Amino acid sequence: MSTAYEPVIGLEIHVQLKTRTKMFCGCELSFGEPPNTRTCPVCLGLPGALPVANARAIHYALMIGLALGCAIADRSIFHRKNYFYPDLPKGYQISQYDEPLCRGGALAGVRLHRVHVEEDAAKLIHVGESGRIHGSEQSVVDFNRGGTPLVEIVTEPELHSAEHAREWLTLLRATLRSLGVSDVNMDEGSLRADANVSLRPLGSSELGTKTELKNMNSFRFLERGVDAEIARQSAILAAGEEVDQETLHFDPASGVITSLRSKEEAQDYRYFPEPDLVPIATTAEMLADARAAIGELPSARAERFASDYGLSAESAHTIAFRDELARYFEAVVLAAGGEHGQQVANWLSQLVARIGDADPGASKVTAEAFAALVVLVATRELTAGAAREVLDVLVERGGDVQAIVAEHDLATLAGDDDGLAAVVAGAIAADADAAEKVRAGNEKAIGALIGSVMRETRGRADGAEVTRLIREQLGV
Amino acid sequence: MTTSSPLDLTACQAAAAIKRGGLDAGDLFELYRERATGDRLNAFTWVAEKAPKAPPQDPQAPLGGVPLAVKDLFCTEGVPSQSGSRILEGYCPPYTATVVERLAAAGAPLLAKTNQDEFAMGSSTENSAFGSTGNPWDRARVPGGSSGGSAAAVAAGLAPWALGTDTGGSIRQPAALCGIVGLKPTYGAVSRYGMIAFASSLDQAGPLTRDVSDAALLLSHMVGERDRRDATSLDFPEPIVLPSRSDLNGVRFGVPAELTGDGIEPGVLGAFQATLELARQLGASVEPCALPHAPHALAAYYVLAPAEASSNLARFDGVRYGYRAADAADLLELYTHTRHDGFGAEVKRRVMLGTYALSSGYYDAYYGRAQRVRTKIAEDFAAAFAQFDFVVMPTSPGVAFELGAKVADPYAMYLNDFCTVPASLAGIPAISIPNGLASPPGGGTPLPVGFQLAGPAFSENRLLDVAFALEQALGFDGSAARR
Repeated sequence: MSTAYEPVIGLEIHVQLKTRTKMFCGCELSFGEPPNTRTCPVCLGLPGALPVANARAIHYALMIGLALGCAIADRSIFHRKNYFYPDLPKGYQISQYDEPLCRGGALAGVRLHRVHVEEDAAKLIHVGESGRIHGSEQSVVDFNRGGTPLVEIVTEPELHSAEHAREWLTLLRATLRSLGVSDVNMDEGSLRADANVSLRPLGSSELGTKTELKNMNSFRFLERGVDAEIARQSAILAAGEEVDQETLHFDPASGVITSLRSKEEAQDYRYFPEPDLVPIATTAEMLADARAAIGELPSARAERFASDYGLSAESAHTIAFRDELARYFEAVVLAAGGEHGQQVANWLSQLVARIGDADPGASKVTAEAFAALVVLVATRELTAGAAREVLDVLVERGGDVQAIVAEHDLATLAGDDDGLAAVVAGAIAADADAAEKVRAGNEKAIGALIGSVMRETRGRADGAEVTRLIREQLGV
Repeated sequence: MTTSSPLDLTACQAAAAIKRGGLDAGDLFELYRERATGDRLNAFTWVAEKAPKAPPQDPQAPLGGVPLAVKDLFCTEGVPSQSGSRILEGYCPPYTATVVERLAAAGAPLLAKTNQDEFAMGSSTENSAFGSTGNPWDRARVPGGSSGGSAAAVAAGLAPWALGTDTGGSIRQPAALCGIVGLKPTYGAVSRYGMIAFASSLDQAGPLTRDVSDAALLLSHMVGERDRRDATSLDFPEPIVLPSRSDLNGVRFGVPAELTGDGIEPGVLGAFQATLELARQLGASVEPCALPHAPHALAAYYVLAPAEASSNLARFDGVRYGYRAADAADLLELYTHTRHDGFGAEVKRRVMLGTYALSSGYYDAYYGRAQRVRTKIAEDFAAAFAQFDFVVMPTSPGVAFELGAKVADPYAMYLNDFCTVPASLAGIPAISIPNGLASPPGGGTPLPVGFQLAGPAFSENRLLDVAFALEQALGFDGSAARR
């Protein structure tokens, strides 16, 4: 008998902060400058140089902590995490250990373990075909990235599928983006995720042996990597074997998972309090500044959209967690006189289907035109089908909705004035069989007549009006 | 030697003479440069070829242009700075330590870099890649350490004054062994930016000088506004002024039994008792005080300092600067051979001690416990200062020992720090002044002894004032070492 297993996933997310200067020195952050041009004795770890904590980075970290509902420590300290690697010029990373800046908190139902501040390592570039260290001809170090401020966000192990993990990470990214504290770009490494994955028998509350999947650099790879790891662990458990605690690498090209190091090879980081820095004493003023700097968060915005505009929870969430959608949505609702919130949301998904991830505010569809379109549909002056045609035109070349409707003759046919009665009469004449069935009380048969009218009018007829006219003309 | 030689002037006197126009700063620099170049004690690792052009020497600058010797571990732009280690062979930093920069700006140009124990780990200056330094009172003996080069240079008149660093006694002990004044300031009073670190929570720069007034003058330009490049540096609450006190009326000395009994050489103890008697004659009260945790200070120190050192020294790998082993077949060998050849035995010993103390499963038993002892010692001093103005004790348990005598016995070497480590752990200021000569155990030529006073944080002005009064009364003559 095979056991059913449940995946248990926790994420460790590294976020590069968008400060002007590095975490512990005055070097400006680097965005593609020539290698080793944004360095100084401090971030190169030269003998005698000393770190000084970047107050702006602490401010950003406090914003993140407050936005995620964390408990902020009155006093937190930096620790040295000692390990030896060529991208770490001091031989240790300045990080936080048992007295982090923030603990607890939650986002979208997933609780957080902690949030802390640290410095990024330099960038190793492995010269060779694979771009990885194995098989490379040489490795060179670019210290421009070394010392970039990082915030590490650690979740509790409360995600239960790869898809859930990916979706949750998009919500986190939206929240961080709305704070303006990071570029949160996975391609560029300003948002990086490691996943801790384990399986346990369904219904069990104990955690199984976990593996750590390092540095998946896109949302897609995160989902695929975690899925692959779940499959790998499932196969191991199904074979009656045990999962080894190890750190793994997922190769998105091949889908292959390889071991980076086993538990036995795990580092002893020899943490101890960083004697070159003083504790961070979080003052009421620092907290007030951080709080004041936080605009409306996506989660709060979703609640407001639901209550103010009557959006369904799902629509509110979808729109509120994408800044540009949320901005556009509000502009459209405003242009529509504050009405038709849910219809705007529904039509917005039509627009997104056409323009993808692009900002609708930057599209050719102005908020006013979009509002006009939604109002015409709401007042039944335009059918859904006709409106989709108008939207196609708007996306293509923009313009005025009424003009497009007139140009393409898309206005809803709703009465004798429009000749709809004549079209209905024609449909009845053309399908006597259906007409007879309707007269005989077969309600379903009316569909064929409606369909015929719709075809004839290219979808411009108002469905309710067509039904009314058929019944009227058939005398039922 | 005639009394008219500028070499006989203290730094204060020389600065005053320059300001009056009776002495040319350039001539003085050249005079000392020649002396330093002819040094036979091996006190220096580098001597300037000529007086530095920048900053231009203004005779009215507070320090007048009186040249300064600086311990090797201070980073000096373009000038070798190896912290006495082979692993930094040929390393010339791209920047200058804050304190050296401040002193140069105040009119103390860089004369020379001085020898030291490797990474300041030692009490004899024998652990140096540059070889050992001789004590000017007896060249067959050590000058103390780790700032032994600075102490020997000042005592021998090869430099008017010098900078050292003190982690567990590395200014005070060599000052005592060479018969000069050495002051370890309050932790945080002097910027550590540009000091090649040994143990970051303890390292502190301070002056080594011929007399107390010189120490005050040099210190007055080392402290002040905090250095924004050193997060642990602090604003000094008041300016340092030249000392002037001539009596000790109303001054209360506490004498800790824990640091003035067992393990102290009889000659040292004799000089100590005589100085206490002199202090009484000057009006001081002298009473026993308790530092109950002081006997544990050395053990705590030899956990904490190596722990920090093991991390501070991890950056030396032969890749980016300094010595690199030439015979490495691959990257791992490059690291291991570089460190094998580049680090001396004492450094390796402490890196291993420190790595062990920080290891998972041992942290609480070693590092955690040592930190608790450190807190207790600070509390002991705080309690003592509720009753006494200063805690006084010998600086070093013995006079200068013979070169090589303790090299094979690290523990005996560590005991040199017995009387200096407690103030280091407490982060409080302490000064050593020469209080006479004493014969080594077993007899021989009398050698200098140091008297140590420790005060509360930021009590430097009072400490210097009281030390000055004692110095005047003691009348110690160190001129023999300058011949």
